[in-house]
Amino acid sequence: MNTINKERDDLETLLPWHAAGTLNRRDAERVEKALASDRELLRRFNLAREELNETIHLNETLGAPSARAMEKLFAAIDAEPVRKPKVSFDLAGRIAEFITSFSPRTLAVAGAVGALAIVLQAGVITTGLIKHEAGTEVASRQVDVPPTLGLASAESDGTLAAIRFTPKAEVGQITTFLLANKASMIDGPMTGGIYTIRLPESGKAKEDHIKLMQAQSTIVDFIATKQ
Amino acid sequence: MQATADEVLIGRIASGDRLAMQVLFARHHVRVYRFVLRLVRDESTAEDLISEVFLDVWRQAGRFEGRSAVSTWLLAIARFKALSALRRRPDEELDDETAAGIEDPSDSPETALEKKDKSAIIRKCLTGLSAEHREIIDLVYYHEKSVEEVALIVGIPENTVKTRMFYARKRLAELLKAEGIERGWP
Repeated sequence: MNTINKERDDLETLLPWHAAGTLNRRDAERVEKALASDRELLRRFNLAREELNETIHLNETLGAPSARAMEKLFAAIDAEPVRKPKVSFDLAGRIAEFITSFSPRTLAVAGAVGALAIVLQAGVITTGLIKHEAGTEVASRQVDVPPTLGLASAESDGTLAAIRFTPKAEVGQITTFLLANKASMIDGPMTGGIYTIRLPESGKAKEDHIKLMQAQSTIVDFIATKQ
Repeated sequence: MQATADEVLIGRIASGDRLAMQVLFARHHVRVYRFVLRLVRDESTAEDLISEVFLDVWRQAGRFEGRSAVSTWLLAIARFKALSALRRRPDEELDDETAAGIEDPSDSPETALEKKDKSAIIRKCLTGLSAEHREIIDLVYYHEKSVEEVALIVGIPENTVKTRMFYARKRLAELLKAEGIERGWP
């Protein structure tokens, strides 16, 4: 009985946020479910909605500041020392801006195409591995690659990785993530929303680092070594 | 056409982009002003404070880490400025008991009639709450801040946010009861 009361009290404290639509999905579903079967809770929810309406009304009647506030601000900004532009090439910032320039629909399409590209790539890799195990094909494929495009650059590209971020990852999170991992954006977005990043390590250390990055599933949808 | 994200504007502001500052100011200054005005209850002071808030943004943009929404960051700065201003003039701040007991000097027959309107009474009682309670009510209902965001702005644990909101609403119910509106809660 106490557990039931505690759950109800807990839900009741969430009603203002449910009225404002700012609960996370899990809590919103809990509240919705309870409202469907608890008439008293529903009545109290309507009280919260009433408060919400009047708070908005009250705030909207407060008016707006005069132009004086803006004039004062920019006079103060003009009096500040002039900032020198950043010397460093802020790739993370630029890519963050680039990402936000896409509409959600464009990003969704890019994600779908990317998923398809990964499936195709996986197929190619699997085929290559099977052939490699059979002791055929690999050498002749390497011969087919012009030296300037393939083997010659492989060593210098040893620190690269291909990455795709989750659709829910926000620009700020991606920027923080890149900085925290000392990763710099090199190229992208390519088909499927894949970016190329450079990591500070190479070899086994890079592999370990990639595993750690992959574990951050709220931001990273896909990451792999890029040769 | 998608508007430039606040985070991108902050990045540009950090590089000294004045136009980005104008865009950010245009986007947020009214809400920040209203938040501050509800706390300090003085239009002139509120205008001065929002200039200070955005000047802080200009100066500190390079340190913004994107751990919260820009609007949350702005309200946190605004709150700090408003409380500092209130501390400079403690005599003028009213507690909820005092505020609730004050008669509105502008009560004309028309106003009195209006006060019969439930909505108007609720708004009057919202105004009569303490600064602490006004603040949390505004953050949740008007500024649409989640429990986590309110905790960041006010600097209190999330559970305290919930209990403070509960007590703010409870106090509101008491003020409404004094005005003749019985809500049957809490």
